[in-house]
Amino acid sequence: MLLYERFRDLVRTETPVALATVIDGPNVGAKLMVVREGTTETVEGSLGNPDLDRVAARDVAGELEAGRTGVRHYGPEGQATPEDLVDTPTVSVFIETFAPPPQMWIFGAVDFTAALGRVAKVLGYRVTVCDAREIFATKRRFPMADEVIVSWPAPMFERRGHTLGPRDAVCILTHDPKFDVPAIQGALATTVGYIGVMGSRKTHNKRLERLAEVGVSGARDLERIMSPIGLDLGGRTPEETAVAICAEIIARRTGHGATSLKNTSGSIHS
Amino acid sequence: MREILDDIDRWRANGKKVAVARVVKIEGSGPRDPGAAMAVNEDGEVAGSVSGGCVEGAVVSEALAILAEQSPGRMVSFGYSDDEAFAVGLTCGGTIRLFIEPLAW
Repeated sequence: MLLYERFRDLVRTETPVALATVIDGPNVGAKLMVVREGTTETVEGSLGNPDLDRVAARDVAGELEAGRTGVRHYGPEGQATPEDLVDTPTVSVFIETFAPPPQMWIFGAVDFTAALGRVAKVLGYRVTVCDAREIFATKRRFPMADEVIVSWPAPMFERRGHTLGPRDAVCILTHDPKFDVPAIQGALATTVGYIGVMGSRKTHNKRLERLAEVGVSGARDLERIMSPIGLDLGGRTPEETAVAICAEIIARRTGHGATSLKNTSGSIHS
Repeated sequence: MREILDDIDRWRANGKKVAVARVVKIEGSGPRDPGAAMAVNEDGEVAGSVSGGCVEGAVVSEALAILAEQSPGRMVSFGYSDDEAFAVGLTCGGTIRLFIEPLAW
């Protein structure tokens, strides 16, 4: 089967795929494709150099993860840092992603929501803000959100929970038991990759009691709930908190320990 | 790309050569985002679009030339703001960069 035919079939079946094409430099027209079927990721095709393939495949997988499309430049053997590219003929690669962007649902129309929505947009998320209070859940307060929905959590998950998957995130910032318990229950019923819930350790402990009352107490469920939310960066402002939350989402996805690279060894991008 | 697959299939089934143009970059404002695609067969039939209609005619000529030359593909730019760009400007004033290649992969 031609690579094109494989690509066409993947696009038709809405299988996430990213297609890289050399648009300038050696081997114009050469193709490399990263395909995600379930949890397995495969690399097919070649841009004409094994080192370039290795570096580009990593970037293509990253673009697929983020649902992004754009052009990247490399040296002929995959050199990617500006110092390496000086005086080197470059290879321009167009990476086109065929996948919906990952979703972030943020429950609670609070100040932290606006900051988190902004950082999430930088990372390529489709951002949905949800709150039951009509006067707070407005597009004017959250212009960065792709949609602002006035709803209680349960109906929101009933309607659209099935669209959430491992690339997606649910962040619950309400601090309100009426809202966060059903939001957590709704999120746990999906395959969403990240569930974060805001609140102090005290709030978190009380919440655990309330969750137990509604039958959420299994180790597997509790392990999925990231609460208190975010990495321990010591930040205070909504924006710093948003970075701590998004950094935690990335670290959970990659399985990395989220320490400074200076203090670790081994491959940075594995 | 998804919306032009049926036409491409039909053309390939009839043994026609096909070229595909894709928007890879927009500078300034542009009518379509990167990834917008248009296919042209050797008879000059067209599926899809890469702009609001401003540059499609010129894309057909380029695509036919690429098929005739058996070129591996090349970058083509349109817009007012670029000296190298073709004169068929975009009404929006931006520059659109396309990669046009034969469907031979």
